[in-house]
Amino acid sequence: MMNIQQPDMPVVRTWNTAFLAALFLVVISSIASAADVRVSGFSGVDLRWFPQSPKYDRQFSGLEASTLLNPEFRYQADDGGPQVVFIPFARLSSRDAERSHVDIREAYIADHMDDWDYLVGINRVFWGVTESRHLVNIINQTDAIEDTDDEDKLGQPMINIGLQKDWGRLDAFVLPGFRERTFAGSDGRLRADETVDEDQAVFDSGAGTRHVDFAGRYSHFLGDWDVGLSLFHGLSREARLPLGTGNRRAPHYDLITQTGLDLQYTLDEWLWKFEGITREGQGDTFAAMVGGFEYTFFQIAESDADLGILTELHWDGRDQTDAPSTAFDNDIFVGARLALNNIDDSQALIGGIVDVDDGTTSLSLEADTRLGDIWKIEAEARLLLNTVPGNTLASFERDSFINLRLVRYF
Amino acid sequence: MQHLYPQNKTGLFSALALLVIAVAAPALAQTPEEKGFEVAARSDRSDRGFVDSKVSLKMILRNAAGQESTRELTINTLEIPDEQVGDKSMTVFDSPADIDGTALLSHARILEADDQWLYLPALKRIKRISSVNKSGPFVGSEFAFEDFTGLELNKYSYRYLREEVCGELMCDVVERTPLYEHSGYTLQIAWVDQTDFQARKIDFYDRRGDLLKTLALTDWRQYEGKYWRAHMLSMQNHQTGKNTDLVYGEFEFGTGLGERDFVKNTLKRLQ
Repeated sequence: MMNIQQPDMPVVRTWNTAFLAALFLVVISSIASAADVRVSGFSGVDLRWFPQSPKYDRQFSGLEASTLLNPEFRYQADDGGPQVVFIPFARLSSRDAERSHVDIREAYIADHMDDWDYLVGINRVFWGVTESRHLVNIINQTDAIEDTDDEDKLGQPMINIGLQKDWGRLDAFVLPGFRERTFAGSDGRLRADETVDEDQAVFDSGAGTRHVDFAGRYSHFLGDWDVGLSLFHGLSREARLPLGTGNRRAPHYDLITQTGLDLQYTLDEWLWKFEGITREGQGDTFAAMVGGFEYTFFQIAESDADLGILTELHWDGRDQTDAPSTAFDNDIFVGARLALNNIDDSQALIGGIVDVDDGTTSLSLEADTRLGDIWKIEAEARLLLNTVPGNTLASFERDSFINLRLVRYF
Repeated sequence: MQHLYPQNKTGLFSALALLVIAVAAPALAQTPEEKGFEVAARSDRSDRGFVDSKVSLKMILRNAAGQESTRELTINTLEIPDEQVGDKSMTVFDSPADIDGTALLSHARILEADDQWLYLPALKRIKRISSVNKSGPFVGSEFAFEDFTGLELNKYSYRYLREEVCGELMCDVVERTPLYEHSGYTLQIAWVDQTDFQARKIDFYDRRGDLLKTLALTDWRQYEGKYWRAHMLSMQNHQTGKNTDLVYGEFEFGTGLGERDFVKNTLKRLQ
């Protein structure tokens, strides 16, 4: 096959990102100083180290340094009234131009009166209860180049109307403006052999990224039970990645309808959790679920520390060719969470997900502690072991990494 | 009226005897348990009818070496008049900066576990959490969760111990034993003054029965001519040498908070 890959221009892109980030700051700080705006947020440095040499050509090896900036601006008049929030985000990577990026995480106006509330603008919304997979959480696109845990999200434009009653809460979402998933560039790690070309993206709707998605959710709690029921109709946040032209992957976003259920039963030291979805629009309609428990031993060995034990089972009924592939088709997650409950809020979470069918295992360790009042240090390790050819994670088999992050809050 | 004019001697003596019993009965027949409950109930009821309150406070944590760390938080409380149901509260942290916006919603119950939800702003995630961790430290401080949520009258059994001078006041000293599960205390001893009926000092005894902590409540101010609030709470841990001060700002009462301000979704808009 002829290779007509077009090299990216990392230097140009990096400078564009830096310029945009700087522009953001100038504009925002001038607005902030003009009004009585509350400024908070953080900036940080990431050192990400890939101990193994890369699997594919052009991928960098060794250390990637990046800086990140996440200021938060909030305004609300002293006597109440609408709340205005603006949270831009920027990352500047030393090694992967695609990972250098800017996003508006939140930019909205929101208010409430009696039982009703509204939010208009860009926001992040989290639904769900489980720890190792976020199945029902569908409002926001994943900012996949940030981390592999599916927890970093791109800001989503929305109109959200909420109704709170004694019988629960109803939320309706109109979601104009589809956000495409972010992918590593050719220099980057954690990618497949062929890089993803966002310019070749295909949308299962005539309107392309201007497609308007809809979602609704009912949530409530009854005694020890917390329940959420959700419905989504629109472009899938997950993309299929068929080969496009130029030996690159062309992301394909299908039009889907997804129902979701999340449940938690809280009984003393036990948290029992379940999330399930059905999805229509990617081959045959399929279901997927994740469920398990978290049990906490409080004040272990007469100390202040708590130790939680987590187990979750994954099952996903999708056809891995008709639907975007997933690593969670039949897996078991086992983990432990340690919280020292000390002055510095030191905590750690260690976990492993094993594919029951082929034994592919991914391990993760996250630990963080505050240093003084405004600094925080976070360590993260994501290790892939025993990857078997054919498993979704096989492309990343040499991409185990350790990340050290130093954050300063302001 | 006939009873006041007895017809014969026997009748007079009976009437006198009845009168003596009637006057002395509360002192004679009341058990230490009943008297203890009465002191606690009087204290609890002196606070009745505050409806809701808002207050900001500083929490200053010190270790044995004197090293300090400060947290700033706001607590909104909604009074639930029914003594068999606990109050609702919303606690929001402003600092340290990394937990800015972290919020805890608590629907207190009396003997069962409270319903609690924690909001984590970084993920914008609301988590229902286990509330059996009553004896665990609240954000690394010397205050346990139960020191905040364990203030309902019917969460304890009581026993009156003695009368004792406490500072410039006279106090009733009452022993109280947690009736709810998972408490870290076998008992507490509270000094409740006889003038304003407020707890001035509390000793906490751990599961082994040893003295664990002492809480001193000072800087009392009265609001609306009725409601007393201590503005300085100092918790000294005798076993570790660590201590935590809670320094309260001015309380606001009757701010118009309602049930809708104490539901899960409200956690997200308090940052």
